[in-house]
Formats: sequence, C-alpha cells, structure tokens
Amino acid sequence: MSYQVDERGYYGEFGGAFIPEMLYPNVEELRRNYLDIINSDDFQAEFHHLLRDYVGRPSPLYFCERLSEKYQARIYLKREDLNHTGAHKVNNTIGQILLARKLGKQKIIAETGAGQHGVATATVCALMGMECKVFMGEVDIERQKPNVERMKILGAEVIPASSGSRTLKDATNEAMRYWINHPTDTHYIIGSVVGPHPYPDMVARFQSVISEEMKLQLKEKTGSPNPDAVLACVGGGSNAIGSFYHYLDELDVRLIAVEAGGMGVNSGKSAATTQLGGMGILHGSKTLLMQTEDGQVTEPYSISAGLDYPGIGPQHAHLKSSGRVEYIDATDEEAMTAGIELSKLEGIIPAIESAHALVALSKLKFAKEDVVVVNMSGRGDKDLETYIKWGKY
Amino acid sequence: MNRLQTLFNSKPKNLLSVYFTAGFPELNDTLPVMKAIQEGGADIIEIGIPFSDPIADGPTIQASGKKALTNGMTLKLLFNQIESMRKKIDIPVLLMGYLNPVIQFGVENFAMKCKECGIDGLILPDMPLYEFETLYKEVFASHGLSSVFLVTPQTSDERIRQVDEATDSFIYLVSSSATTGAKSGLGSDQLEYFKKIEGMKLNSPTLIGFGISNRESFEAVCGYSNGAIIGSAFIDMMAASNNLSEDIVRFIKRIKEPT
Repeated sequence: MSYQVDERGYYGEFGGAFIPEMLYPNVEELRRNYLDIINSDDFQAEFHHLLRDYVGRPSPLYFCERLSEKYQARIYLKREDLNHTGAHKVNNTIGQILLARKLGKQKIIAETGAGQHGVATATVCALMGMECKVFMGEVDIERQKPNVERMKILGAEVIPASSGSRTLKDATNEAMRYWINHPTDTHYIIGSVVGPHPYPDMVARFQSVISEEMKLQLKEKTGSPNPDAVLACVGGGSNAIGSFYHYLDELDVRLIAVEAGGMGVNSGKSAATTQLGGMGILHGSKTLLMQTEDGQVTEPYSISAGLDYPGIGPQHAHLKSSGRVEYIDATDEEAMTAGIELSKLEGIIPAIESAHALVALSKLKFAKEDVVVVNMSGRGDKDLETYIKWGKY
Repeated sequence: MNRLQTLFNSKPKNLLSVYFTAGFPELNDTLPVMKAIQEGGADIIEIGIPFSDPIADGPTIQASGKKALTNGMTLKLLFNQIESMRKKIDIPVLLMGYLNPVIQFGVENFAMKCKECGIDGLILPDMPLYEFETLYKEVFASHGLSSVFLVTPQTSDERIRQVDEATDSFIYLVSSSATTGAKSGLGSDQLEYFKKIEGMKLNSPTLIGFGISNRESFEAVCGYSNGAIIGSAFIDMMAASNNLSEDIVRFIKRIKEPT
C-alpha cells in the first residue's frame, strides 16, 4: 500500500483540492511547479544551507538516561525544540518562502493558532525582506500575547480574525479569503499538512528532514537507522508526518500519533479528531473532521493551542484508516503531568503539544531493549503561563 | 428539462437572480422571502445553505449564515421548509452552498430531496470539476439538477472551455478576484474581462455576479451577459429591513422594472 500522495492529490480516499474557483489558479500554479522547484539543485542547496546555518540543524537526537530508566526502554528525544524560533514549524516556512520567491511572489500570508507558525513565518519574511501578514483569531491573540509581540517585532502585521469562533480555523478561513482577494502577488504559507493538494505533500516534504536526520543519527548511535517506535503529537499533523515520513514503508517501525484528548474524549471538550471526527471537507481537503450531523464544523478543545484544530491532515486520515499509524489520545492532565516529569527528569521543559507525545510512554508497552524516539516538536517557553496556572510542579 | 434550462432556452436578456441565506433573518423566513423575491419580479432564486466555514464569502454573507445557524437552520430543516414551495413558486430555484453539509446529508439523498422539492440546479463552489465529473454528475443529472460552475478573471481560457462543456444551464461569471460582497465596483478591468468572455462565443449563457448591488451595476453588466446575480446587497437590505416582504419587492422592482 502507498502512504504517499497520488497523481490526483489523494491519499487513499482522503485529500484532493476542494477549493472555490477563485483559488484554483493559485493552487494550480503551485501544484504544477512545486516538485520541480523543490527537487532542483539550487533550491536544495539553499534550503539545506539555511536549515544548517540559520535554523541550527541537524537537531540533536538525545538519549534520555533517566526517562529510559523510568519507562524501561531506550528513549531518545528528537530535539526540534532546539531549532531557531523554538519548534519544528520553521522547517516548513523556510521551504515555502524559498518556493514563493521562485514563483515570483512578493508578499506572504499565514494563519496561526498558538502563534508558533506565525512567528516562524514572520521570521523567514524578515530574513528575506518580504511583506508578511499573519491572520490570528481574536481569542488566540488574547491568550498568546507574547507571540503576537514577537511577530510585530519581526515586522509582520498581525490581522485579527473576528469571524466565526475567532480561533485557528477562522484565522485559516480569513487567510484563504485574503488570498482570494489578492491572487497574483501573494503566497499563502500554510503551517501544517492540511489544505488543498499540494499543500499536505509539500509541507510533509519540508518536515521530512526530521526523520531523514533521525535515520542517520540512530544508525550512528544504535547501529540501526530504524527504531522500534516513533512517537509524536498530532493537531494538523506536521511534526508527526515529518518524524514518520521516512519510516512509513518500514513496517517493523511502530508509529504512534498522540491527539489532544482535552478534558477526555467523550467530555465534549476534546480535539481527538480521529476518534470524534467523520469524513468531511474543510480548508480544501477531504479528511476526518469534527462536525455536527448537519455538517457544521465544531470547535475542538485542548489545553494546548497548537493541537486544537477540528480536522487532521488528509495523509493522517489515510494512515489511520489503513492502520499504518496508531492514534491514541492524551488528556490535558496527562500531558501536563508528562511535561512536568520531563522537566524534572531531563531538564527539558517541553511545549505542551510535545508533552502529549510523551504520554504514550506510559500508555504503551515497550520492551527494555526497544529504541523509542519521541519527537520533541517544540519548547515550553511559550507555555510558561499555562504551566504556572496549572501548578502542581 | 428543468425550469432553468427552459428559461435559458428562450435566450433571455436582463435576467435577475437573487441570492439569500436560508433561515435568515428568522428561521422560518425562507419561504416568505422566496415569495417576495418572485413577486418583485426576479427571474431566478438562489437559496444559500449556511455553513460554519464559508471561505468564499465576505462579511455580509458570513454574518447571515452565522445568524441562520444560530437560529437553528440545518439542511434537513431547509428541505422541510421548501417541501411544498412549488405550490407558490414557479421561477427556477437553485441551492448554493459548500460541499460538506451535502456530503454529510448524503449526496444521493440530497439529490433526491432536491428533486422532491422542485429544485432545478446547484451551485457548490468548492466542488472540483474533476470530482463532479467522476463522482457527482450522474447523480445530480439523474435527478434533473443542473450544476453551475464559476469562472473568474483568473480562470484560464482552457478551463473556461471545460466549464462551458460541463454546463447545461448557465455559467456564473465572477466579476472580480474577490470574496462575495467586495465593493470593487465595475472598472475597466472587469469590462475587458466581460468582453473577452463574450468574444469566446461560449455555448452556455452567463450570469454575472459579485459586486452587483443596484440598478446601475445591474444594467452595466447585462450588456455583456444574460443577466446578473445579486447577493450581499440584497442581504444587507434584508438585515436592515423592518418590513421584509415589502422591502424585498421594492428592492427588486427598483432594479428590474423599466423606468
């Protein structure tokens, strides 16, 4: 079975490009050109130069002695939290801004929820001297003030999304509307493996550097490029796809994605899309979606602003339905506890998103000699306020 | 042949199609609004199915959809409201909306309900042409439903020809690169684009929409097409109205009736 996108932009029955005609020329331009541009030698050279010298890649693969002792397995962290701007998001924004330049676009727009993708976009726009507008829900602007100011310092304009529920999905709607109204000079940098084809595939390719490095690092440290399991959190799903990408066809590697269970999957306050969602269409792709019986998209909830998206990337929907990846969930409580535990045991305060991935260590059974990699997708600095409010440390 | 096809067969000019959101401003206004639109002298009615995430719509239609959903509007309820509309409404009626509610309803079931209610056509802007051809065309056509596609100033000539080929009623010409209700007006760029389309000598008739708000803009575009579609300006009027039926009739007469 293929786990990658087909010619028509589908992963099994998921994916496609369900967009109004107004967006068709932009998305089609991207579709026709993205592979040629990404695969060209000069693009690759510039991309890897920036990942090395600007982002600080390769990100370390760190063996956690005390965590391994506690969970009785050989646990490694892939340290995406050590990237410039503090998360994996920048891998994608570097790739897309180089692509946008090749397409002759002068302006960049982006959506953001917690603000990490917004900051990563504002950063690369400053680097390239390009105009940047970031759409952010009014509710998120209120609860993520430091990231709003970071974007402004970097020269971006933060545009409040006041429609709908005023969170990430509405910021995405507003960005798409802006793109409809400015079709020729603007590129839209989507922050996750969501959106119409070719976005999910394009973002996955840029994030695939995570598992590419993991293979080399594991080979050096353990003698084999393949671990027994890879764990990652999933909202839209870009860090998870990035850390699974080069293992999808290595069927002896267990791949585990952890969704945000919020207050509990059946509490009505959750973001566990693969458990609560059904087939639907949002933001240009057919995927699993949290919605009412009438097909209205519902508001997800998680303590982590980076995971509360009502959909999931179409490739994840396919990986779920084909059974290649196991999807489990972690509640707010479990994630916060795991985040504080990592801080105490290893001196690493994780982003609350990434703390969800750690919960899998206690939920799943591993053998003592199993090599388990947890993708540490971001650092916890941005979440300090949430940790403080949570207390219990 | 459905009512839309019959209407366009007579090669009509100066057609006015009016868009409004189902369940707006009040939940049970759907049918009274339709009656008033017909009474005012409009030629076609487009009923908007409200959706939580309408990415092609500007603030006016977004707000009307949000209000309708808050009122409790659903697709199921809409079919109940318009079940007997053909006792009162004899002009063509289309449903316009995003694909997700249709898919949740079940495409086959949706098409059947449309037929039962006397719907003539569908405008589903986020339904791709390819998916239409391969998945939906047969179902819709077998229930007597015409599918209407959009063409914008950015649409390539090749694609315009494809749309023309797929059309069995009319093409929806979007006047500018914009979401609905944008006050771009009708400048020289728009007129050039309308002329270009005219020059392509398409088989299908066209209606021009987006940015048409009054008699002046209506008359301006009717010179290049078979008529025009008014949506956001109509909904703005409804939102401000204290006497809905009367205001609707007056609004439409002001646009349509010869002075």
